Amino acid sequence: MNPDIILLGHGSGGKLSHELLDNLIVPTLSGITQSDQNDAAVIAAQEGRLAFTTDSYVVDPIFFPGGNIGDLAIHGTINDLSMAGAEPLAISVGLIIEEGFAVEDLRKILETMRHAAQDADVKIVTGDTKVVPRGKADKLFINTSGIGVIKHDLTICGRNAQIGDKILINGNIGDHGIAVLASRDGLELESDIKTDSAPLNGMVKELVEQLGEQLHTLRDPTRGGVATTLKEIALQSQVEITLSENSLPVSDAVGGVCSILGLDPLFVANEGKLLAFVAPEAAEEALAVMQKNPHGGQAAIIGEVTALADGKVRLKTAIGGLRAIEMLAGEQLPRIC
Amino acid sequence: MCLGIPMQVKTIAEEMAVCEIDGVRREASLMMIEDVKVGDYVLIHAGFAIEKIDENEAHLTLKALREALDMGLVAE
Amino acid sequence: MKHQQEYRDPGLAKLQLQALNQVVSEFDGVMTFMEVCGTHTMAIYQNGIRSLLPDKIRLISGPGCPVCVTPVGYVDHAVALSRRPDTIVATFGDMVRVPGSSSSLLKEQAAGATIKIVYSPLDAVKLAEKHPESDIVFLGVGFETTAPTVAGAVLTAEQIKLENFYVLCSHKTMPGPMSVLAGDPELKVDGYLCPAHVSAIIGANAYQPLVDTYKIPCVVTGFEPLDVLQGVLMLTRQVIAKLAKVETQYRRVVKPEGNRKAQALLNQVFEPCNARWRGIGDIPESGLQLRPEFSHFDAALQLPIEVEDVVEHQGCLCGEILKGKVRPADCRLFRTACTPENPVGACMVSSEGTCAAEYKYGISGQQA
Repeated sequence: MNPDIILLGHGSGGKLSHELLDNLIVPTLSGITQSDQNDAAVIAAQEGRLAFTTDSYVVDPIFFPGGNIGDLAIHGTINDLSMAGAEPLAISVGLIIEEGFAVEDLRKILETMRHAAQDADVKIVTGDTKVVPRGKADKLFINTSGIGVIKHDLTICGRNAQIGDKILINGNIGDHGIAVLASRDGLELESDIKTDSAPLNGMVKELVEQLGEQLHTLRDPTRGGVATTLKEIALQSQVEITLSENSLPVSDAVGGVCSILGLDPLFVANEGKLLAFVAPEAAEEALAVMQKNPHGGQAAIIGEVTALADGKVRLKTAIGGLRAIEMLAGEQLPRIC
Repeated sequence: MCLGIPMQVKTIAEEMAVCEIDGVRREASLMMIEDVKVGDYVLIHAGFAIEKIDENEAHLTLKALREALDMGLVAE
Repeated sequence: MKHQQEYRDPGLAKLQLQALNQVVSEFDGVMTFMEVCGTHTMAIYQNGIRSLLPDKIRLISGPGCPVCVTPVGYVDHAVALSRRPDTIVATFGDMVRVPGSSSSLLKEQAAGATIKIVYSPLDAVKLAEKHPESDIVFLGVGFETTAPTVAGAVLTAEQIKLENFYVLCSHKTMPGPMSVLAGDPELKVDGYLCPAHVSAIIGANAYQPLVDTYKIPCVVTGFEPLDVLQGVLMLTRQVIAKLAKVETQYRRVVKPEGNRKAQALLNQVFEPCNARWRGIGDIPESGLQLRPEFSHFDAALQLPIEVEDVVEHQGCLCGEILKGKVRPADCRLFRTACTPENPVGACMVSSEGTCAAEYKYGISGQQA
C-alpha cells in the first residue's frame, strides 16, 4: 500500500513506521541505508571544546518564498553552533507530524534538509519520527539539535562586547520575517521577497581565522530582529550601542512592505544573518571577509559600542536625530496608525 | 490612525487598482477618488486610495525645503 | 519622484534646523506646539526630532491616538463579542493588545476566540463572504482618514447583500477636541500641527473656525521627517509674526476643501453623534454612528450581548497626558506598574500612544 498521506500507524513503531523510515525518511535525509540504523549515532571524540544546541521549528506557513520549515531548521542549527565559534559536526532531526500530512510535502521538505546540510558540509546523523492525531499539531513541527567543535581558545560571546567595537551585519535585514508574513493569508501583498535562510558556518570560520582575538561577539538576529539581539548583547556586556539608520542595509521591497504595514525592519526576524562585534582596527578586514562570502554581498558596518552603560541601544536616525531602541513587549503587529 | 503610503497605480479594473511601491504590489479601492490614470501616485490607507499626490505641489514643497534659509524671519 | 525618500534627506533636514534656530534666536521663552495625530507622535519619536529641535520649541502630544481615546467599555464589548460562538472579530492590528477591564483580544485569542488582523476593512468583507457560517464583526476605530474606508466596506457589503457582516463603531472626528483643548485655560498651546491624512479628507479649511475663535496657528503637516520640520518652522514663523492662520505644509496631498468624494461616502453611511473620549470626557458631535438605513450592519444593535462593568485603573494619568497637561514621566505608574508588557492605560498599549512611544523611543533628557 502506498498511502499519499501520513497515518497514525506511521509513528507507531511497527511495519508502517519502518516502511516510512526505510523508504522515505532515512534515504531522503541522509543517504544511509537500513542496516546502519541504531538507537544512537556514534561520533569520534574531538579535540577542543564541544558546542551543543537545540531548536524547535513551528513556522507557519511551512512552505514560504525561498524555503520551508525543513531547511530553515538545518540552517538555524548550523548557525547557532557557528555563533558560538564552533564548526558544526552533526545534526539530529526530530519530526512531529500531524496525521493526514501529505507524503509528497514531507519528501520535499526532507530533500531540502539533506541539501542544506550537504551544502554546509554537515551530517544529519540521527533522528526520530512521531505522528500525532489530526488537530494535535499544526502540520509539522521539527526539532533539530546539533553538536559542533570549537578548535580555538577564543571567547566569542555576548559578554565580550567592548567600547569602540564596530558592529557588522552580513546583509539586508528583515527578509525572512517579511517573506513569511507577506505569504500568509489575509494581507494580500504581492512581492518577490524571499527568505534569507542560509548557513553561515563558512563565513564564521573565515572570520575566526582572520580576526582571532579581535572577534568579540557573534549572534544571529532571528526572532525579534537586529534590535532585540543588540539589546540582549548590550545588557549582557553592560554597554551602550549606537546604530546608524543610514548604514542599515534594507532591501527596497522589505522597506515597502514595512511602510505599508507600519513595521520596523529592525524588529523583523532574519535567518541568514549574523551580527559581529569586532575590534575597530579589524572592522575593514571583517567587512572584506563577509563581502567575499556568497552570503555577505550586502555586508555593512552598522554601528558601534559607544560607552559603558546598563544595556542601552540608540539609533542615530536618517535625519540625524537620536532615539532609543527597546525590546518589544511581544510580536510586532501591523498597524494602521 | 493615518498610516498612508504613496504608491504608483499600475493597473486599473473598474473601481480597483493594483498599486506598487518598491516592487511590492497591493490592490486598492478607487472608490474615494476620481480621474486616476495608470502612472499616477496615490496615497494608500487601509486598502483605499484616499487622495492623489500632486506632483506640482510636491515640487514646490521640495523647493521651499531647499530654500528654507531664504524664507526670512517673518511669515506673510 | 516617489514621494518618500525625498522627505528624509539629512542635508535638507539640516537646512530646516538652521532656519529654525535662526528664527527662534530672538524669541523670548518657549513655544509649545501640539500634534493631535498618533502618526505624528510616532513620526516625531521614530525620527528623534525632539533631539534636534532648539530648546525653545517644545512638542507635545494631544488626543490623536484613536485607540487611546477609545473607552475601555468598547474593548470590553469587543471582547464579549469575540466569545460568541461562530463569531470572527476582524480588526486592525492596533486594537489587539489594548487592555479592557479584565481581558484583551489577544488574551481571548489564546483562550480560543477567532481574531483576524486585517489591513483593510474590505478584507473583513471578504472574510464574511468566505465564511457564511460565521458572523464577522469589524472593529471600526479611527478618525476621518479611516471612517470613509469603513463606509466603503459597508457599502460593498450592502451591494453584495451580506448578512453576516457587522461593524462595532467607535469612530471619532477632529477638530472637536482641538477646540476643547484650545479653550482650556490651563493648557498653553501656541500652535497645532494638524494631522496630515485626516486633513486630506476633511480639508485644511476645517480648522478655520478654530483659528477664528481661538487665534491659534494651525499648520497641516505631513508625516515624513522633513514635513514635520517644515511644519514646525511654519508654526514658529507665525508665532514670531504674531499671526494666527491655517497654513498647509502638506500641499501635495491636502486641499483646502479636502476630498469631497470621501466626505460624501462618509456622510452616506455615518452620521455625527456624541462621543466619549477617554481621558477627556464627552464631546458633542465628535463621534460617528451608522445611519438608520445601515443599522443592520451595527454590531451593537444586531448582536446584543452582556458586557462586563467597566473597571478603570487608579493612578492612571492617561487623561491628563492625552490633554497634553502632563508628561509620561509625571505619572508614577510610568515604567513601574505600567509598561508595554503590562499596560495599565491605553496610552501605553497602543503603539503610537504617548507613553508607549516615550517608553520605546524616548531618550532621557528629551521628553515631550
